[in-house]
Amino acid sequence: MSAIANPASAAVSAPAAIVAPIIKVDQITKSFGANQVLKGVSFEVARGEMIAIIGASGSGKSTALRCIDRLETIDSGAIEVAGIRVDDPAVDLHLLRREVGIVFQSYNLFPHLNVLENVMLALRHVKNQSKSEAQKVALAALAQVGLDEKAGAYPEQLSGGQQQRVAIARSLAMAPKVMLFDEVTSALDPQLTGEVLRVMEDLAAGGMTMILVTHEMNFAKRVADRIIYMHQGRVWEVGPGDMLDNPQTPELKAFLAADL
Amino acid sequence: MIGSFSWTHLWYLVDSIWWTVVLSLLAFVLGSIGGFGVMLARISTRTWLRNMALLYIECIQGIPLLILLFIVYFGLSVYGFALPALVAAGIAMMVYTSAYLGDIWRGCVEAMPKPQWEASECLSLTRWQTLRLVIIPQATRLSLPPTIGFLVQLIKMTSLASVIGFVELTRAGQIINNSIFQPFLVFTVVGTFYFLLCYPLSRWSASMERKLNVSNR
Repeated sequence: MSAIANPASAAVSAPAAIVAPIIKVDQITKSFGANQVLKGVSFEVARGEMIAIIGASGSGKSTALRCIDRLETIDSGAIEVAGIRVDDPAVDLHLLRREVGIVFQSYNLFPHLNVLENVMLALRHVKNQSKSEAQKVALAALAQVGLDEKAGAYPEQLSGGQQQRVAIARSLAMAPKVMLFDEVTSALDPQLTGEVLRVMEDLAAGGMTMILVTHEMNFAKRVADRIIYMHQGRVWEVGPGDMLDNPQTPELKAFLAADL
Repeated sequence: MIGSFSWTHLWYLVDSIWWTVVLSLLAFVLGSIGGFGVMLARISTRTWLRNMALLYIECIQGIPLLILLFIVYFGLSVYGFALPALVAAGIAMMVYTSAYLGDIWRGCVEAMPKPQWEASECLSLTRWQTLRLVIIPQATRLSLPPTIGFLVQLIKMTSLASVIGFVELTRAGQIINNSIFQPFLVFTVVGTFYFLLCYPLSRWSASMERKLNVSNR
């Protein structure tokens, strides 16, 4: 196996060393009132890498993710995404959000628009695409999540899993460089979780740079290039998927035991 | 027809309904435009603009419509702006309606779930695009019952314009009564006409509210 001949696959096995990281999170802190939820979190994500962030509720994992898209501002530290300094107060948020797609636990589809219109909205009004062009892009994105046949349906007519896949397609259609997933399967029944995870797995296989905050340990272990375990506002342990088989810290050990 | 109340009197009343409708529509359309502006100001990111709109709403809601009518009609005429009664009534009711509709609509816009704003923001939509494409279309549904409810109030309040001499339904009733003095009959007929204008709207508003409740939760 030649790591030098194929930098893309090399990036997966040794991310930071070969390719410049597309996301750099450096010593960020964040407090809500007196409660410091992030206490100096650092990590880097290489292009094409899939990172799973795990940890107990209140460990700061969702907050860290939201800081990357500047849905929360940080108190100190630095975040850089695709060359954009996210912590810069004058950052161009519209530019940042064209590079970063985010999917939420609660789907947040627009209930007054049908599936196709949901996906087309930003294509039309942010990317200023023509109607036919936007429709083509939107249908392609819907096909990617296996829902092109539901283009005319309204969100309320879809199952939770289908709604979440539309939400993924809506982000995906904007062709972001990075996709963030904030506990996207936490509101779903186990049988609906699978279809959403499959879509994410396809995305990862397609080379999308992804960070997901998740409770799906088996999925994280199998699909993620690296896992970040957060505990009490810090990165506690980082490693490849199989780090879950032999946790190094008692905290991760306890967390995994509680999860089973 | 009944006593000295003739078909001519009845026709005079029916004819005056038109002016009640004109004044109501004038107040509603102008007030909607003003109210939309007040709503935008109330949810603005600029503090001074929000506060100005709040001050406007609180002042207007604390003044009787009758006094607003007096200010515009009698008050302005002193300074050389002698407005026709219809224009004066239209302006006073626009000012009044703007304050109420602005506040009703602000409530509807603010009732939209926060994640809708967040999702739009993350798709790089601007604040105005979010408002126009995502929030207002949803808030409109919610706002229809209270807006129509307010329109019903407005139609009834146009009767106040009778005191500045604008001949709408109420004033027409007064004129007839002055000549034949059958107040019970005349004002019952007048009241019936108001009821016929307002009741269908009230029913419509109520039925929409029922429909919204079914689909919303």
